[in-house]
Formats: sequence, structure tokens, C-alpha cells
Amino acid sequence: MTAPNILILYAHPAPQRSPVNRRLAEAARAMPGVDLRDLYELYPDFDIDAEGERALLEAAHLVVLLHPIRWYGMPSMLKEWMDVVLRPGWAYGDGECALRGKSCWLVASTGSPAEAYGPEGIHGHPFDAFLLPIRQIAALCGMDWLAPLVLHGSVDAGEAAIEAHVHEFRRRLAGYAGDARLVEAAHGA
Amino acid sequence: MEHSLLLNACVYLAAAVIAVPLSKRLGMGAVLGYLVAGILIGPFGFKLIAEAEDALHFAEFGVVLLLFLIGLELEPSRLWALRRPIFGWGGAQVGLVAAVLFGAALLAGVGWKLALIAGLGLSLSSTAIALASLEERNLMPTPAGQASFSILLFQDIAAIPMIAIVPLLGIPESAGGGENAWLAVLKVVVVLAGLIVGGRFLIRPLLRFIAKTDAREIFTAFALLLVIAISLLMQSVGVSMALGAFMAGVLLADSEYRHALETDLEPFKGLLLGLFFIAVGMSVDFGVFLARPGVVLGLVAGFLVLKTGVLYGLSRAFGMARGQHLQFALILSQGGEFAFVVFGAAATARVFSPDVASTLVVVVALSMVVTPLMLMAFDKLAANRQGARKDAKPDAIEPNEDHVIIAGFGRFGQIVGRFLNASGVSLTVLDHDPDQVDVLRRFGFKVFYGDATRADLMHSAGAAKARALVVAIDDIEDSLALVDTVRRDYPSLTIFARARNVTHYYQLMDRGVTMIERETFESALKLGRSVLTAGLGQSAFRTRQAADKFRKYGTQNMLAVYPYYKDRDTYVSMAKRARDELETMIARDRKAVDEETGQDWD
Repeated sequence: MTAPNILILYAHPAPQRSPVNRRLAEAARAMPGVDLRDLYELYPDFDIDAEGERALLEAAHLVVLLHPIRWYGMPSMLKEWMDVVLRPGWAYGDGECALRGKSCWLVASTGSPAEAYGPEGIHGHPFDAFLLPIRQIAALCGMDWLAPLVLHGSVDAGEAAIEAHVHEFRRRLAGYAGDARLVEAAHGA
Repeated sequence: MEHSLLLNACVYLAAAVIAVPLSKRLGMGAVLGYLVAGILIGPFGFKLIAEAEDALHFAEFGVVLLLFLIGLELEPSRLWALRRPIFGWGGAQVGLVAAVLFGAALLAGVGWKLALIAGLGLSLSSTAIALASLEERNLMPTPAGQASFSILLFQDIAAIPMIAIVPLLGIPESAGGGENAWLAVLKVVVVLAGLIVGGRFLIRPLLRFIAKTDAREIFTAFALLLVIAISLLMQSVGVSMALGAFMAGVLLADSEYRHALETDLEPFKGLLLGLFFIAVGMSVDFGVFLARPGVVLGLVAGFLVLKTGVLYGLSRAFGMARGQHLQFALILSQGGEFAFVVFGAAATARVFSPDVASTLVVVVALSMVVTPLMLMAFDKLAANRQGARKDAKPDAIEPNEDHVIIAGFGRFGQIVGRFLNASGVSLTVLDHDPDQVDVLRRFGFKVFYGDATRADLMHSAGAAKARALVVAIDDIEDSLALVDTVRRDYPSLTIFARARNVTHYYQLMDRGVTMIERETFESALKLGRSVLTAGLGQSAFRTRQAADKFRKYGTQNMLAVYPYYKDRDTYVSMAKRARDELETMIARDRKAVDEETGQDWD
């Protein structure tokens, strides 16, 4: 296999202040077959190269969304990325549906602990409820939704918890990379 | 008289300076003022000038310049589009008016030769008076103005054969007119061809070369030389000077120096036309008039009634707006400059007796004096009617040109211009560097050569109809001069200015400009960002945020210092304070970044 077939869209506006996501990004960057796109680093002026991003998406088998949860959703950069890259007729609709059959994996973190999500918590709803938009985006584009990997309570998470989280991330990523390679081999035969 | 030239100039100028403002003040227009001034200083007024004839000849060059400038406004394609009004309407006007006058003269018992020449000569109108009247009233873009212009152009062409056939009707002086006619036609064709080729391959490079020397007066001198030389050349082959100049103007109409030529020749045209009107006033021979006042007045009245009547009838056929029929007829009702020439030729060929010739010349001159009076009366009448109807709406709608003017197309203006051009904005670009203009024109930009700081150039560039003005001139003084001019003449035109430095920025603020960009600020900041990211490996987004802050605080500082900049002492200390403040702020920015808790983004 030649081209990386896992595409990570990493969106963090202030990585220097990130206790979790920066380490996940660093871990992913070191792995073969993984292309990590640090969107805030690539497009500080939000002038996203939609054409180039689409080409990368087409080559990938797995798209990973790696970001902290902010105001119940993705950072503004990733939203902008979706606005300009996921063009109707290309990503969904009557056109080529270039993302159909690819997988989508959300790797996110929240500052609040898990208990904050739910009818009694300050956020009032279970965490999954807030994932509805992104799940529907994946569904509309015909992508398989993989079980998200979420770290709650990152503010108070100790080193051990973070280390465990990073380890789990790396393990699953390696697994998907293996799967993808298998898929690639099957196609090539 | 030793200083007769200067003395005469003094008399002419004084007469004009006194009579024209008075006349305008009284609502009579400039043309009438000049004519009255001429009558007053002429042989039948205070006798300040003796040789009216010479002045008239000299001043005819004003008409030549006028036609050249009109030609400059008419690109060949536009002229071609006008061929029907010129030949159709013009032919109809000259033919019908001449026929009616000829018939009337025959009925009055005048010999056919005399009647024919008088009819033909009087069918022509005065280009100078008619066009000046049109411009005075802003009527050029209206259908009446366009029709008048087309007809006047045809008259200029028609005058050539008229002047040619007059001697044939007289006592034959020399034989062999036939072969000469062919030779004459051939000469005209050769000269025209030479003009077209020379215009493109000789005059334009020459204009460019002269413009590059950057000697303003030499450019003006060359412009005058060009018109005079072409006029003389055309005259030598039997074409009227005015028509020749007009054709030369058309040939240069799509040249990048059009605006510059216009701007430089405009004052000469104005002065010489004024002199022409004065000369017409002086040449009204009151001796002839007083000898037979009844006959002369009767002729003037009869002539004007017949010509105006025919023109009025024609105007209906031309499909003009209803309110303009009479105005159009009056504007073209007078006899013209060519009548003097035709009658002069007739007198030389002894078709006319000197008596007849001088009487008819007086009739023409008086008709020229009467035209502005009648137009004035018409204006009064129309104004009254307009006042009576309260629903009056402005009818002469000018063509809308939603363009943006860019003054200065160097390294700054170019980027602005290219960007606006790419965004589909129609541009008028002014630049004073001939090389620049040439290169840009090759790439299809509409660029004109000229000094943008001149008020009249802004006018010709269409500042009145512009949506915005970009002042991208690199010279600070020129930039401020242009802003001053535009604020004065076009206060509603929004100015977008390039500031060379902070003081220039303040000077632009003084003049009420609000859209200002420091020319190097954005690019310097951008390069600074590159140093931090590509050079020092800092986070790109964080660097961008820092740059945004830097810009914001820097601008705030600059505006805070603005009230003190004029007072030099305070300014120095304030500027120093601003610098200190900036340093403090940058430090504070960094602290703010460093001190932020790591808790709000996980």
C-alpha cells in the first residue's frame, strides 16, 4: 500500500493549551498509513483548499474527526471545512457521492464529566443527543458511523486516564489501519 | 502701433471678461455676451479694433479645435453608427432648406444663379454657435443634440462642393476644370490615407515619446501643432480645416492620450471660440445695415422664418421628443461661417455684386446674433411652462456609467485594479507614466494617460458618474491635491485612498477621507506572520490571532495620536508614547496568551 488511507481531520484552535487532543494528534502523526490534517495550522485564515481536501477524502477509507467538543459541537474551523468541502453533488445528492462506503469515526473530548450529560446534569441531555447533527452528516453522505471514542471530564482527568485514552485511540486506529489494508488488498486482487 | 498684438489681445480679453460674465448674469448665455462685446469694440462700436476680418480668420481656428475635440469623442465605430443621421438628416436639411430659400428668392424675382448660391450658403448653420448653445444647455446627449450634431457634420462636408461649384457659375476664368477635379479628389484620398496610416504609426508613437519627456508644455505644443498641421494639410487639398481636424480627432479617439489631448486643448478651444464670436460681432457691417435697414431686417426675418419652419417640419420627421422641436429648429436657424466663405467666393467669381455679398454677410451675422436671443426667449418660455406644470420631471437622462476610477496605476493601483477588474467592475484608469499605460493597454485594460490631479481630467474621466474613486497615486502631494479637487467638485464621490505613511494617513483624514489603507502595513504584517510560522515554527492560527490583535491595537494607537499630529512638539512625544504603548501592548498580548488557563479547550 502506498497512499495513507486514514485521514484525520484535527481541529483545535489552541493546541498549546490542549491537555488531550494534542497528545492524540501526536500519537496519530507517528503512525503509518495515517494522514493527519491539522486544520487550524493549515488554514489560519480559513481559506480552505476545498479541491485539495476533496482529493484527500477520495483517497481515504476512514475519516477521523479529532477535536474537542465546544458548545455541543465541533470547532468553527471544522464546520467551515464541511461547509466548503462537502459540496452537494459531490458528497451527497444526485452526484457521485464520493464518500459512500467510507467510514467516519469521531474522537472527541469534553471538559465536563460524563455525569454532566443527562436529564439531571447541567447539559440536560445525554451526550449522544448532541451527536445527532454529525451522525446525520455521515449518514447523508452514505458513510458508516463507527462507535465514537470520547473522553469526558478532560479538565480533571489525571495523567493515567489520559494515557489510557491515548492508548485506546492508538489501538483502535491501528486496527482500522489493518482493516483498510485488507480492504485495499482485496480490491487490488 | 508698436504693440498692436498685445494691445489687441488686451482689448479682446477685457471685452470678454467684462461682457461674458455680465451676459451670463443677465441669463443671456456666453455666446451672446461675446457677440455684444464684438459689436462694442468693433468698427461700429468704440472702434477699438480695426481689422475685424483678420480676427475672424484667426478665430476660425477655434471652430477647427472644436471639431477636433468633437472628433476625439467619436470613435470610428460610433461615427459609423451615426452615418444615417449624418447623411440622411443632414442631406435632407441642406437640400430642403436650400430648395425653399431658392424658391422663395426666385419668387421674389432674384436671378437663378444668385438665388441658388444664396440658398445653398444660407442652408448651412453655424457650427460654433449651435454647438456652443447645445453645450451651454447640456443638450448634447439628447436626440435634438445628436441630430443637430449630425446635421452640422454633414454641412461641413457639404460646404466643400458648394465652395467648389460657385466659381463654375461665375465668369469662367480658367479652362480645364474637369481634370483638376479628378486630381483634387485623388489628392484628398491620398491625404486621408496618409492621415489614417500616419495617425496610427507616426502620431501615436510620437505622442508617447513626447509624453515620456514629461514636459507638460511640450505635450500641449505638440497637440496644437498636430491640429494646425493637419488642418493646413487638409486645406491645401481643398477640404475644410474643420472637417480635416474632425477626421484627425476621430482617428485619435481610441488613443490612450485622448483625455490628455482634450484637457490640453480645451482652454485654447474656449478662448478661440470666444474670439470667433467677438469677431462675428465686429464684422456686422452697420454701414450696410443703416443704408437699407428695412431690406436687411426683412431679409433676416424672412430667412429665419423660412429656415426655422423647414427645420421644425424636419424635426417632426426625425422623431424627436415633443418639447424639443422648436428648440432644435432655433439652434440650427442661423447662417454659418461657411456662408461667409461661399459668399466671398461668389463675390470673387463675380456672381454676386459686392453690394449683394455684403448685404448677405450682414444678414448672416445678424442671424447669428439673433439665435442666442431667440434661444433665450425659448428657455424663458419653456421654464414658464415647466413652472406652470408641477409634475415636471427631468427628461435628459444621461447615460449611466457605473464605473470606478483608479488614479495611479503603479504597483499599488494595479493590484486594486486587477482585483476589481476580475470582480467584473468597469474601470477607468488614469496614470501619468506612458510606459505603464502602454503595457497595460496591451493587456486590454482601459487606461488613459494624464495627470489625475487636474480637475478637468477628472471631469473627462467621468467622475460625475463614478461609483468610487481609488486614489493610488504614489506622490503624497499629488494624492492630497487630487483628494482636495474631488472633495470640492464631487463631494458625494467616495474616496478610497492609499496612504504612504502615517502622516499621509492623517492628512487624508483631515480631508474627510475615511477609507484609507497604509500601503505596506498588510504585506509587512503578513510577512511577519510567515517568519513566525514558517521560520520559527509557531502555530499558524495563533500567529494569525496575534497579527489581528497587533493590527487592531496599532490602528487604535494611530488614531489616538491623530489629534496631536499637527503640533510638532506634542506629536514627537505622542509618537514616542504610542511606540511605548505598542511595546507594552505587545508584551501584554503575549502575557495574555501565556497566562490563559489550559482549561477552556481540552
